[in-house]
Amino acid sequence: MKTVIIKYNAGNIRSVQFALERLGVNGTVTDDHEEIMSADKVIFPGVGEASTAMQYLKERKLDAVIAGLKQPVLGICLGMQLLCKYSEENDTKCLGVFDVDVKRFQSPVENLLKIPQIGWNNITGLHSVVFEHVPENSYMYFVHSYYAALGADTVAITNYVINYSAALQKDNFYAVQFHPEKSAVAGARIIENFLNL
Amino acid sequence: MLTKRIIPCLDIKDGRTVKGINFENIRDAGDPVELGALYASQGADELVFLDITATNERRKTLAELVTNIARHVNIPFTVGGGISSVEDVYVLLQSGADKISVNTSAFKDPALVDRLAREFGSQCIVLAIDTRFEDGDWYVYLNGGRVKTDVKAFDWAKEAVGRGAGEILLTSMNNDGTKKGFALDITGQLAQHLNVPVIASGGAGTMEHFTDVFENAQADAALAASIFHYKEIEIPALKTFLYNKGVNVRF
Repeated sequence: MKTVIIKYNAGNIRSVQFALERLGVNGTVTDDHEEIMSADKVIFPGVGEASTAMQYLKERKLDAVIAGLKQPVLGICLGMQLLCKYSEENDTKCLGVFDVDVKRFQSPVENLLKIPQIGWNNITGLHSVVFEHVPENSYMYFVHSYYAALGADTVAITNYVINYSAALQKDNFYAVQFHPEKSAVAGARIIENFLNL
Repeated sequence: MLTKRIIPCLDIKDGRTVKGINFENIRDAGDPVELGALYASQGADELVFLDITATNERRKTLAELVTNIARHVNIPFTVGGGISSVEDVYVLLQSGADKISVNTSAFKDPALVDRLAREFGSQCIVLAIDTRFEDGDWYVYLNGGRVKTDVKAFDWAKEAVGRGAGEILLTSMNNDGTKKGFALDITGQLAQHLNVPVIASGGAGTMEHFTDVFENAQADAALAASIFHYKEIEIPALKTFLYNKGVNVRF
């Protein structure tokens, strides 16, 4: 089995690679179109800013490659947001795999809501094969200022003043807003489930 | 619901943990990687590694250590100590650190916070402040608490958040080492008036101290070192205690 991690200007590539390594899997970090298209599993990581990331992907024509993948793809954090239709972060048109918009958290009262959300929050309403043996209300590590709204593809929900998509799934595309690579045993289980698809 | 975080802090010198620690379930308590992994398995929510090495070789040693930690620890961790440039931060984040903390260097050059936030995002920039209460207010201290300034901790924290700091790690020098509890007033002032998370540090001695800082000062996270290293408080017991007190924590 060949697992690739898409190389672009994202911050958490090393952590994802180490998380795979802890599961005994070697993740190849690459931006080579052929290598990505021929892989069995593709991980699309991400920590960073949406418009810069989209720009980077477009310049390397990775946008079309990613959106056209047929094998299982796992988007993480910004990777998930880029798989959505549109992001409010610098008014960015994204890849459009999921028919959902990405919005910025708004504090209902000043200073009530700390932005970004940093820390462990629980996920509920789990209904995807990647959550097999992951209990309802498991805690995952989140770091983000923007969120994907709820939609038809929502397969896990988290609350931070409002309910939003903690995970999305459509066809071969799986995506999580949290960082499974940093979410202890429960996070490792999700990565393992994805690798076992 | 977002949980309150428990954060053990490990002091590192020349790649080894500094404080004498006695753990029977690990082979080498001086090994930061092994100790960090142990805390992670016990339910620590994050780790902070503070490098106090003063030699010139420190950068390379630290980057190697950070890579090793990232390889073996499955929770987020922050690295601090002597970080003073975009280049320092780039190396540490590339090595696998999730966040970095800056202290004296940021105070002396506040624009450093802007540069780091612009380059890497606020979410990975932690501003550490050492503060002492005297003459009726809390003042910023530098260089590991050796140098006094006439700037108030609240003012500096507020400015740094405006420049892009994503979290504040606040250590009260009055409380640190006393085991008499966290500094609730200044922690509460920051936690309630800044729109970034505040990590309380200094003074933890009992489990009730954690309840106090979360419930009465609205701290987002609490950091401690020796009580964990000397097993005066163990993390699973602390989490259970907090849960029973109605504090939202992760199990």
